[in-house]
Amino acid sequence: MKLLELSGVSKRFGGLQAVGDMTFSVDKEQILGLIGPNGAGKTTIFNLINGYYAPDVGDIKFNGEPIQGLKPFRVCRKGLARTFQVVKPLGRLSVLENVMVSAFSRTNHLPEARQIASEAISFTGMDAWRDSLAKSLPLGMRKRLEMARALATKPELLLLDENFAGLNPSEVERTIEIVKKIHESGVTILIIEHNMRVIMAISRRLLAINYGMKIAEGSPQEVANDPKVIEAYLGVAHV
Amino acid sequence: MPKKPVLLVVPALLLLLFPLVFSNPYILHMLILSMMWIILGVAWNLLGGFTGQVSYGHAAFFGTGAYATAILVKSGQPVAQAWWGLLVGGLAAVVLATFIGWICFRLRGPYFSLSALALSEVLRLVALNWKEVTNGAEGILFLPAFNDKGAYYYIVFALAAVTIFTIHRVMKSKLGFYFLAIREDQDAAESLGIDTTKYKLVSLMISAFFTGVAGSFYMNYMGFIDPGIVFDLSKISIMMILVTMLGGAATLWGPALGAVIYILVSEIFRVYVGSGHLVFFGVLIIVIILFFPNGIVGSILEAKGRRDRKTDGKDPKQVAA
Repeated sequence: MKLLELSGVSKRFGGLQAVGDMTFSVDKEQILGLIGPNGAGKTTIFNLINGYYAPDVGDIKFNGEPIQGLKPFRVCRKGLARTFQVVKPLGRLSVLENVMVSAFSRTNHLPEARQIASEAISFTGMDAWRDSLAKSLPLGMRKRLEMARALATKPELLLLDENFAGLNPSEVERTIEIVKKIHESGVTILIIEHNMRVIMAISRRLLAINYGMKIAEGSPQEVANDPKVIEAYLGVAHV
Repeated sequence: MPKKPVLLVVPALLLLLFPLVFSNPYILHMLILSMMWIILGVAWNLLGGFTGQVSYGHAAFFGTGAYATAILVKSGQPVAQAWWGLLVGGLAAVVLATFIGWICFRLRGPYFSLSALALSEVLRLVALNWKEVTNGAEGILFLPAFNDKGAYYYIVFALAAVTIFTIHRVMKSKLGFYFLAIREDQDAAESLGIDTTKYKLVSLMISAFFTGVAGSFYMNYMGFIDPGIVFDLSKISIMMILVTMLGGAATLWGPALGAVIYILVSEIFRVYVGSGHLVFFGVLIIVIILFFPNGIVGSILEAKGRRDRKTDGKDPKQVAA
């Protein structure tokens, strides 16, 4: 069963074709990894799905319903949450308050929002930071706060944008566990990640893009050995 | 609200009993003006301090409230007079707020701030030139409903209490969380399910309502307005910002404290120096912003927060993540 479906989605910024004719789908309860070199258009794809941009052409369907062109808050309320690569903490609010803000998308009552938020904080292992101001958090915790906030909106599909970048090895291990746990709780995940070791550990299926176009799709091994992917990352051999 | 109710109940009782003990009209007048400015500061702060949408033209709502009342009374509707007509001023301001917010809040950045500034100036000119309705520069004059300042004292006391309580409740609800989220990061807020355009408008409507009620009260109490008084840029719009900054933006009691200091400073200067209270108040603001950028109440809360965290004994960095 397809949860998210993109068909023929394109986005152009002036003369730059950021995403061209993108077609792929994410099945329910899958973890799909999205890889590609810097500037390949990965985050733009997230911005298109999330509603931050509207596609020039093409359809995006979530649970069979078209969502292209909807505003981000509407997309979020349909059960599609995202994290930001460049983290966006609500700096002068505490961790708990940050997560409560997103919990309010599922309830209007304060105690219930606090309950949902507390669960999301525990789930992501941030209990010790609960009352710290978001702006005082180190990067690793800011990345985790992004996840806790996204979880508190009770998503069906979670878009993770480079949640591992800049983390130290032990934080990476911990975050892999958290992502797996999120997945086990029944959330479908679409994840952008550069670190091949991480993406191999998490996902069974990869999608590689370059210059906004799909260049390979399949199991991690297939994709990693695809000549087009090797070329995109390492360049062409001139011998 | 303070954690110890004594801190709230005792001053409130003192204020309530005050007119029964002292009937000095001058002091009552000062207290009435202070409480009116408390309403203005607290109302501006909801939008500018908590929601992060700075308005340079709240005089538009103050003046609209005042004129709505004045025009109704002049046209033979005494129902708009005194306390039972205050709602009219508030609602008129909300209508205006809906109009300007609906247009401007789809954009981010300084558009709203500048539009509000322009709006208040446009309204001032309209009030000046639309003589059939507003009586132009001559202003509108009518006899106040009560001769006794005590009546107005209790009316404005109730209004200030309702304003502070409402905004306290709002900030403890989903709305308050949404306002803060919008202030901190609008992209994040949108992606967390917040309709930022709508909630910015809601914040403006609440803020405009109380500002309009205060304008309406001013008209009823003073019995006279002209366009230069109620749509004044520096004495109303900018002063609402300064009062908030002085006491502490985005704190519940900061703007209230700022309002009281403002009235005190103006009076001391008026009585002992004759003029120059705006200069002194300006210097005071500069000093506060330089040394206590969070305002008086904001800085106290921050210092307390720091102390609490120290005595808490638990440094989050020491606890394994």
